[in-house]
Amino acid sequence: MIKRLFDCVREYKKYVFFTLFFIIAEVVIECFLPFITSKVINKLEANIVDMSYIIKIGFILVLMAVLSLGCGAIAALTCAKASAGFAKNLRHDIFTTVQTYSFENIDKFSSSSLVTRMTSDVANVQMSFMMIIRIAIRAPLMLVFSVVMAYIMGGKLAGSFVVLIPILAVGLLIVARNAMPAFRRVFKKYDKLNESIEENVRAARVVKGFSREEYEKKKFAVAADDIQNDFTKAERIVAFNSPLMQFCVYFNMIFVMLVGSKLAISSGGSIINVGEMSAMLTYGMQILINLMMLSMIYVMITMSLESMKRIYEVLSEKTALSNPEKPIYNVADGSVEFDNVNFKYSSKAKRSSLSDVNIKIESGMTVGVIGGTGSGKSSFVQLIPRLYDVTEGSVRVGGVDVREYDIDTLRNAVSVVLQKNLLFSGTIKENLRWGNENATDEELREACVLAQADDFVQSFPDGYDTKIEQGGTNVSGGQKQRLCIARALLKKPKILILDDSTSAVDTRTDALIRAGFKQYIPETTKIIIAQRIASVQDADLIIVMENGKVSDVGKHAELLTRSEIYREVYEQQTHGGEDNE
Amino acid sequence: MSKQSAKSQANGRPPMRKMNFKVLSRVLKLLFKSYPVLIPIVMVCIISSSLVSAIPSIFTQKVMAVITKYLDSGNMSWASAKEEIFPLIAILIGLYIFSLIFITVQTQLLAIITHGFLGKMRKKMFEGMQNLPIKYFDTNKHGDIMSYYTNDIDTLRQLVSQSLPSLMQASIIVTTVLFIMLYYSILMTLIILLGVVCMFFVSAKFGGGSAKYFIRQQKSIGKTEGYVQEMMNGQKVIKVFSREEQVKKDFDEINNELCADSTKAHAFANILGPVIMNIGNVLYVVCITMGGLFLVTNFPNVSLSGLPFTIDIVIPFLNMTKQFTGNVNQVSQQINSIIMAMAGAERVFSLMDQTPEVDEGYVTLVNVEIAEDGTIKETDKHTGKWAWRHPHGDGTLTYTELKGDVRLHNVDFEYEENKSVLHDVTVYAEPGQKVAFVGATGAGKTTITNLINRFYDIADGKIRYDGINVNKIKKSDLRRSLGIVLQETNLFTGTVMENIRYGKLDASDEECIKAAVLAGADDFITRLPEGYNTMLSNNGSNLSQGQRQLIAIARAAVADPPVMIMDEATSSIDTRTEAIVQRGMDKLMEGRTVFVIAHRLSTVKNSDVIMVLDHGRIIERGNHEKLIAEKGTYYQLYTGAFELE
Repeated sequence: MIKRLFDCVREYKKYVFFTLFFIIAEVVIECFLPFITSKVINKLEANIVDMSYIIKIGFILVLMAVLSLGCGAIAALTCAKASAGFAKNLRHDIFTTVQTYSFENIDKFSSSSLVTRMTSDVANVQMSFMMIIRIAIRAPLMLVFSVVMAYIMGGKLAGSFVVLIPILAVGLLIVARNAMPAFRRVFKKYDKLNESIEENVRAARVVKGFSREEYEKKKFAVAADDIQNDFTKAERIVAFNSPLMQFCVYFNMIFVMLVGSKLAISSGGSIINVGEMSAMLTYGMQILINLMMLSMIYVMITMSLESMKRIYEVLSEKTALSNPEKPIYNVADGSVEFDNVNFKYSSKAKRSSLSDVNIKIESGMTVGVIGGTGSGKSSFVQLIPRLYDVTEGSVRVGGVDVREYDIDTLRNAVSVVLQKNLLFSGTIKENLRWGNENATDEELREACVLAQADDFVQSFPDGYDTKIEQGGTNVSGGQKQRLCIARALLKKPKILILDDSTSAVDTRTDALIRAGFKQYIPETTKIIIAQRIASVQDADLIIVMENGKVSDVGKHAELLTRSEIYREVYEQQTHGGEDNE
Repeated sequence: MSKQSAKSQANGRPPMRKMNFKVLSRVLKLLFKSYPVLIPIVMVCIISSSLVSAIPSIFTQKVMAVITKYLDSGNMSWASAKEEIFPLIAILIGLYIFSLIFITVQTQLLAIITHGFLGKMRKKMFEGMQNLPIKYFDTNKHGDIMSYYTNDIDTLRQLVSQSLPSLMQASIIVTTVLFIMLYYSILMTLIILLGVVCMFFVSAKFGGGSAKYFIRQQKSIGKTEGYVQEMMNGQKVIKVFSREEQVKKDFDEINNELCADSTKAHAFANILGPVIMNIGNVLYVVCITMGGLFLVTNFPNVSLSGLPFTIDIVIPFLNMTKQFTGNVNQVSQQINSIIMAMAGAERVFSLMDQTPEVDEGYVTLVNVEIAEDGTIKETDKHTGKWAWRHPHGDGTLTYTELKGDVRLHNVDFEYEENKSVLHDVTVYAEPGQKVAFVGATGAGKTTITNLINRFYDIADGKIRYDGINVNKIKKSDLRRSLGIVLQETNLFTGTVMENIRYGKLDASDEECIKAAVLAGADDFITRLPEGYNTMLSNNGSNLSQGQRQLIAIARAAVADPPVMIMDEATSSIDTRTEAIVQRGMDKLMEGRTVFVIAHRLSTVKNSDVIMVLDHGRIIERGNHEKLIAEKGTYYQLYTGAFELE
């Protein structure tokens, strides 16, 4: 998993290396600084220095500081570049992967979960990546360096680290071990709390309508208190880091003072002197701080592990549909044939959404599909452009199994207007051009005339340049549906499928659209799912569906006499009307 | 929020640039109020532990002085040196023990305070929000409201748990160290101060820069989020039109922008640390060089202590320089989060400061017993009978039986000034009647129901409930007497049973099931894997829209209100299922005053009165037969010549 994610660093690898290089350089300089200064201190102490020496050393030291600043600054820049670039590539990969998803994959992830993965989760990973490349190399390096220097300078004095490092390491590990699961629990609860707030905001009308404000407040207070307690507990575990760390620092101080002064005095300064003692204090501090840093990284990595898992889930999801090896790039005609088709949305589903479907539709036919909610109408048509693959049997378009076509070719030949109509933010023109990138304005208009959309589009002050807001909220449901039909027509498909796409359109306009289809696109096979009998009664073939099965097929008149379901729906819809006509 | 940004723009400054001290002081005040005892304790701990961590350098220096003395004199007797060094170290150990205690207490208490404070703020925000009028929810994006609870509150956590304590600690240490330094040598201190000024200047510059770019980054994230949201929602359409490549290209553009902003923001933030630390290093070097020079040249020392300039002063000075720069660095690292926290706090306060819904109603709903002669007596018992308790100005009290008679007289209403939504609307709904509203989107159907339950207040005219002006009725009681089922069904996380019980919190399981049966929901609920105990989450995403509507109807039914408002309540139930639940619905509506809004005319056909609305006016009224006979708009709608919406 980690490997797959870190592959996303790609072109930013060089920045990672730059960062590492400059950080190493910075660390080396930083470590030599106390080494040199301790020499100066000793010379000062021994009174064997002169002006020129001090100025010379001072110059070198300033130069080192400037160098270290340069390295640090460059590392800061390259590190920001590398981590932001890494995040960019992650987002790019997630987005690109999602684009390869089939409908089956899309059903698996909710759109809001995909959004969080691309935003918060990526941000988490970016942060910890940055920390890692900045600190993960720096901290151990400093650690090793400081320990080595401490031994060189302090000899026996460095013994205190032998005691301290294990104590600190074990202590920090215990804290991290205990804190992490606590935090993970808290974050989960926290997410839940936020979900419930969101639920409440969305349902404000319900809450107020039932006068449940006080009830909601109480409910929330309980949840908030619960989180507060858990959060406090987790944080209190982590809070032990600080005294532990301080204890080690203090211990080191006392040890160096006590043992150091004894060594210094009894050896007359030959084993250790004042300068070396002060350097020991500095190194001691450095060692402990770096240990602390390492434990922080450990916490950060484990925290972002959750995010990494969630990102990886998206990246590793294999598309359920792929192009065949030798795809066919030409769809002969608009005939459709279902041959013993069985279909389940997922292999785990108990019930088949479609079973034993056998249908033959000739090119150019108009076919109506009628049936209740959950009868399998949508599943039926979605198999034709291979939005899903059949579980058993086969679907043939133009006499060829849909799985043998190039997917784009097939979908360009089969145009579906989905039940959940969606327009995107942008102008009407831009939305229509989804159907055909290169359509001329004239072609756009033609499609709209056919979909009975031209009139109302023209009535807008900006006409075809009218901006559609996100989700298409500024056009009515019926208008949206007609625009979606126009968009689908622009593909000039061999098969046009309308999945309950005229439900909000009035019957007269609905009839005009169907008449237009008959007149202007007679070659195109038209498959129309509808709730209204009126929308399908003139069709060449009407398919009545029930519980995932084809209950009956035939023309309007036949079905009225033969199919009970059809008759029931028909009577219910025309009952009132006939009374009054 | 929009109001707030408008305000800051009016002041001519972009939001989130400067420190807002008003907000800071309000945060501090709230913090103190929440923990009036613990906070002073923590402060004492911080002060003590900071002092304790500054003082030891004096003792270190003293120990060093002893060693130097012995080394200089050639005395190698540890026994005699011991006498001088041990007491010093004993004091040091004592100080350290104190310090450890202080630190432990401080960090533990801080954890408690931080989350206690956040919990309190959360509750306060939520309670405030519950009291807001529906208008607030209608005019603010839900995502924006949510971000108060997530992003903005999070910035406060950082502030309380880290920024404030470390700011306090750092300033105490810096002051203490400053005095110690002055005690030793004024001249050397001045040199260090010069460096510190330099650091402050730099951190203000970089800190400000990084805050600026972080805000930009935030905006870019918002843009990316918006785009991704739209595309992920429309993913199936993208597939159907094979638009993957185009969409990828567009996304990359936005993504690159975000990357650029993010790089800048983090570059500024990252660079701050090394810059400050290296100014510190230079300072260190300058100190050592100057110290050396002073020593060599026997420069006269000016200090509070009057000590001569020796190596024993230079060494602690060097350590103090480190301490100084370390602390300044710590403060500078907090600048960003403090600026962010202030912006977050400002937004949190803006939610808390929203004017709550006012309720001047004084007529309340009470349980009553109605005697045979019609006299009404108030009681505490659940009698199933309700009445309006109406205190009058002259001190008398009258009771009016709750019947469900709703009348609108010449009502005018507008959401925004001069944008009339309803005009001269008069509706009489007698107890038990079914009144339907029909009309295009925006004709004002839903608005009428919003006025009856006083989600919004009318501009002109009168609404009477059982003869009482609704303005006199306490809002919660008024709403209790009205059941609403909305088109957009909102269910809560919990079991089906709990969701139904939402309508009447003390309803027994039997009552809930009875309501479900009445609503025609029992059938599908019992077929769910765990029946009434099936958990719903994510607004009941495991149910179909139609099933959700049925639960919502059951929820309203269990409340058993005399008046019900059904706003497109059955729109997502297909016609066949609707026909099946119709009988249940009819039974549910029996004996109640019902307002029905429906797009599907079959739902409203059997109403006692149908009102056809157009642009906020009632253009036709009457029952189905009458309206059909009139051959007006209703007739055209009914025959399908017009499209609704």
